[in-house]
Amino acid sequence: MSGLKTNNPVIRWIEYRLPIFSFIDHAVGSGYPTPRNLNYWWNFGSLAGLALVIMILTGIMLAMQYTAHVAFAFDSVERIMRDVNSGWLIRYIHMNGGSFFFIVVYIHLFRGLYYGSYKAPRELLWILGVVILLLMMATAFMGYVLPWGQMSFWGATVITNLFSAIPLIGESIVTWLWGGFAVANPTLNRFYALHYLLPFVIVGAVVLHIWALHRFGSNNPLGIEANGPQDKIPFHPYYTAKDAFGVGVFLLFFAAVVFFAPNFFGEPDNYIPANPLSTPAHIVPEWYFLPYYATLRAIPDKLLGVIAMFGSILILFVLPWIDRSPVRSAKFRPIYKQFFWIFLADCILLGYIGAKPPEGMFLIIGRIATAYYFLHFVIVFVLSYVERPRPLPSSIGEAVLKGGGAPAPAAAREKA
Amino acid sequence: MAHSATPAHPDDGETRRDFLYLAAAGFGVLGTAAVVWPLIDSMNPSAEVLALSSTEVDLEPVELGQRITVVWRGKPIFIDHRPQAAIDAARAVPVNDLPDPQTDEERVKKAEWLIQIGICTHLGCIPKGQAPGDPRGEFGGWFCPCHGSHYDTAGRIRKGPAPKNLFLPPYEFTADTAILIG
Ligand code: HEM
Ligand code: FES
Repeated sequence: MSGLKTNNPVIRWIEYRLPIFSFIDHAVGSGYPTPRNLNYWWNFGSLAGLALVIMILTGIMLAMQYTAHVAFAFDSVERIMRDVNSGWLIRYIHMNGGSFFFIVVYIHLFRGLYYGSYKAPRELLWILGVVILLLMMATAFMGYVLPWGQMSFWGATVITNLFSAIPLIGESIVTWLWGGFAVANPTLNRFYALHYLLPFVIVGAVVLHIWALHRFGSNNPLGIEANGPQDKIPFHPYYTAKDAFGVGVFLLFFAAVVFFAPNFFGEPDNYIPANPLSTPAHIVPEWYFLPYYATLRAIPDKLLGVIAMFGSILILFVLPWIDRSPVRSAKFRPIYKQFFWIFLADCILLGYIGAKPPEGMFLIIGRIATAYYFLHFVIVFVLSYVERPRPLPSSIGEAVLKGGGAPAPAAAREKA
Repeated sequence: MAHSATPAHPDDGETRRDFLYLAAAGFGVLGTAAVVWPLIDSMNPSAEVLALSSTEVDLEPVELGQRITVVWRGKPIFIDHRPQAAIDAARAVPVNDLPDPQTDEERVKKAEWLIQIGICTHLGCIPKGQAPGDPRGEFGGWFCPCHGSHYDTAGRIRKGPAPKNLFLPPYEFTADTAILIG
């Protein structure tokens, strides 16, 4: 901020005319005081930022080689894989980077659910996070259409058709989205334009997200406000070092998949060129959409299925007002903590069901899991009135230095 | 001064100003809408996409019980040369029990030729049932594997998430065994 200290005359000359260095320092500044007790679950925010940068860099390189036309798209991607120097590497990084982006963001999100990071005064911070998630989904969905394989085509067909469930104007909206009467060249073209645009909209949302974060600072595993200097340490060097270590571990996993199992998250059918006259026997979306897909299919009515699917994300927007408990961290909420794990298991179960054909047992389990997903929010609402939280430590400094207030299993988890 | 002037024209100044504000804002909104609409509309199907194309099909070689697929406007058209048993099965169903009530007669021009758009009315997959080995679902018509919609021998939705019967394309018989779609 105004406390920017430097003797560098160039920086001082610029700073006087355009206070950009203090602006940057204020936004991502190294002096940012941070709760001293953040555990490794707090690494995933910076990892998400890294993933976004990786996606934009590799995406721009791909865009220089890619052709957005139904007659050439598939072959241009194959050319990237075979002929372009390091093309295979860039594409595999981009392809798997999408998956890792979602892994990181989902962990980041469940971290927020566990430690109550969505509660006052961080509601807008949370809402911006959900906005980022929605933008990511739109971006990834349209990116997946670009290689124009069978899954690209049929994924695009099924997802755009979701809008036909809207009464009266649904069909017109779908025709408008397609620019025709089926998913075809106009669709591919506009998806490419939007796939290029949306990541930069995400960057904008991330800036707001961090702005809102820095208003009150990070939440922490205890969920109590940090008061005074004994509760905080400067971001640099403590958390820059810790984040850098996290980056190393992240890149280890990322590189393992990119180099040794690059098609692990993919679908073999997407290496078959799109054929508008033949639907593959078993169409599935990318893994990060499976829980929503399971929700969609659980409900035998088209409109209600679509409403449930979108509702499963939109409900996150109002979570800060559903959960009325003043205690943030699940560490001090013995009952909420158990329901948190059940909810996580339910989401994973939905993901598993989304990959299975919608018949027999799978359909029944899918229905129960979908119902439970929404029931969870009712439970959270009721819990905020009936649950008796455990006593909170009076300050972070006290809890950390005396080892009080942090139960053993949570401490073990922090090391994990 | 200002005070003494007020009783003479009570709200005059304010209402005129309000009106000007409203008119200016309203005009601004209209003008913006007039500019935004072409931008939105440019994403709708263009003239060359709209240009009607029609497809002629010779039904002569299609044997009784055979199903073929032709393409019209980029969409698959299912042509089913229905055997009598399939027609009887479709006509035996009480219409009011159907999710999208329609009689078999309303769906065909000639009973043995069922001609429909082969796109599932749920989310747009191509239902199975055209090729000889395909699953035809519980009602002997078509089965959409994407989310499990079952269509009967008249192409009507009977079970599953699809809300509508398979749509019918505009077509007419140009001869006894020839049709023009579109
Ligand atoms: C939020 C960030 C992004 C996400 C989540 C994302 C996601 C994806 C996904 C899932 C694919 C399909 C990969 C495949 O299966 O082949 C893809 C392809 C593609 N993306 Fe992105 N992307 C992002 C950013 C960008 C940016 C910023 C650009 C361009 C500036 C870009 C350009 C491309 C191109 C040209 C392709 C087609 C080539 C290919 O399929 O490998 N992407 N993207
Ligand atoms: S698209 Fe046919 S059942 Fe969903």
